[in-house]
Amino acid sequence: METLARKLIAKAAGRSSVAVGDVVVCKVDLAMIHDSGGPRRVKPMLERLGRHVWDRHRVVVVTDHYVPADTDETRAIQALTRQWVADEDISNFYDQQGICHVVLPERGHLSPGMFCVGGDSHSPTGGAFGTYMFGIGATEMAGVLATGEIWLRVPETILIQWNNHLGPFVTAKDMMLAICSKIGMGGGRYQAIQYAGSAVRDLSMQERMTLSNMAAELGAQTGLIAPDDVTAAYVRAVGGALAEDWGDYRIEAVDDAGDHLTFDAATLSPQIAAPHSPANAADAGEFRNTAFNMAYIGACTGAKYVDLAAAASVLKGRHVANGITLKVAPASRLDQDRAEADGIMSILEEAGAHFLANSCGICAGYGDDRLAEDEVCLSSTARNFKGRMGAPGSQVYLASPYTVAASAVAGEMLDPREMMEG
Amino acid sequence: MARLWRFDETIDTDVLAPGAYMKAPLTELATHCLEAVRPEFAGQVSAGDVILGAPNFGVGSSREQAAEVLRHLGVAAVIASSFAGIFYRNAINLGLPVFTISDDLYDHPGLVDGAEIAFDFDAATLNLAASAEALPLEPLPLFLREMILDGGLIPHLEKRFQAAEPAGGMA
Repeated sequence: METLARKLIAKAAGRSSVAVGDVVVCKVDLAMIHDSGGPRRVKPMLERLGRHVWDRHRVVVVTDHYVPADTDETRAIQALTRQWVADEDISNFYDQQGICHVVLPERGHLSPGMFCVGGDSHSPTGGAFGTYMFGIGATEMAGVLATGEIWLRVPETILIQWNNHLGPFVTAKDMMLAICSKIGMGGGRYQAIQYAGSAVRDLSMQERMTLSNMAAELGAQTGLIAPDDVTAAYVRAVGGALAEDWGDYRIEAVDDAGDHLTFDAATLSPQIAAPHSPANAADAGEFRNTAFNMAYIGACTGAKYVDLAAAASVLKGRHVANGITLKVAPASRLDQDRAEADGIMSILEEAGAHFLANSCGICAGYGDDRLAEDEVCLSSTARNFKGRMGAPGSQVYLASPYTVAASAVAGEMLDPREMMEG
Repeated sequence: MARLWRFDETIDTDVLAPGAYMKAPLTELATHCLEAVRPEFAGQVSAGDVILGAPNFGVGSSREQAAEVLRHLGVAAVIASSFAGIFYRNAINLGLPVFTISDDLYDHPGLVDGAEIAFDFDAATLNLAASAEALPLEPLPLFLREMILDGGLIPHLEKRFQAAEPAGGMA
């Protein structure tokens, strides 16, 4: 049976079909780069090759890692980025407008049927739109920018099916942590994961993006979701170009010998992942009474509009406990604007939140706002590797925005349903 | 003789190339390579040494500095029973040999941390000094082998572009 992954790859490779294991060369519809792995790294390589970008309209540049640029080094990185964008006459440049994986779809750059690469490991986020999108390093990106092409070994599809429906205060993030705990960080084997089933269909596009985003944490190349009316409505609403044949990509199938995993959404509880791996996840209730100092709502995974709204629904009329610092870094400017208009930002502020820039923030661990030695953080982000968000002795637990917010109020980790459903 | 650095824990990109030093030059970043798990590594590793890693080596970020610092420090090859996909591609694109080893051989009693070894790229073997054994590694596809021999993707593309092809392709 044809899979969505193979159909997308065959189209990009200019073939009628491809088989698992084939090594093919694909034409790239869009390449996304950011300020860390982008211009500062690819510029010298393109100069060495004597090439410019193959198509200035197919490159999107976003500054999000070194934001705010508050040191001489990071200001120089941003200046170089802006100059390169001007020199290459890049059409699409989003300077400090938010995190690349959120900016790309909200500005209408992704739609079903596309084949895209991003210079960041969370690029599988694009898979939520029925786009074959994956992350690559800077040297490989320089090759793409010079040629408009990339080689690929056609992956198997691992179908992850969620039956039934999620209960209240259980989210896509909890689904992902449960999958990480079940199959581990290598469970994706650099294959194509596809999420399917009624509980996936129920999700908004931003929630679906959380699933696709964390395909990276499973070690998959991409995390696809078949496009449906929800996808089409989103793409139209943001002014994206929806191809006439988008419905042809409405495919949920697995390879003949492929893995097909089934989960039950109805019995899923909110999850928390202990340091230092997302695979250390278990029911949030098992972490009852675990102490922490910082609550963080941030990153492409955990601070989109839908995540801010989830946190606010818990924090409305409540305040974070003494001894807990709540930091919120809305994932994009547009999401923050919408949250401001809806009163969500005021609710967060009244609950005691400190706001950070619309950027990768503490999750990337690139700036001065970092975790101290022995600091314990409960975070809505994707990764809790040792030392990623600060000092080697800091500890990060991962959870949904509901769980982070409720735990911040309680002053210790808990299942948000305990607070919200009494 | 070179030494083997064995890591039985999962090695992620953030311990290879810590975020705090990503804005610094590669030479400085390299001094912090693996410091969160093996503080002595960056200071003691020398040219020709080989890393043997647990499955899913290089999981995490797309930052290719994770592979680049190892090459900079003189690491001759990274061998693991499996690699994270982006790290694997990055290493080859930077000309750093990466080879997979069977689970049986990964557990070979001679492959202890600190063992005297020599890595043979052409033969795709890891040679143990103590027992004079040559442990076979899984051979790379030819086009990836060629890319490593060229020194990585950029020199490889440079060669292709200079070969006066009308439009240089990737493969």
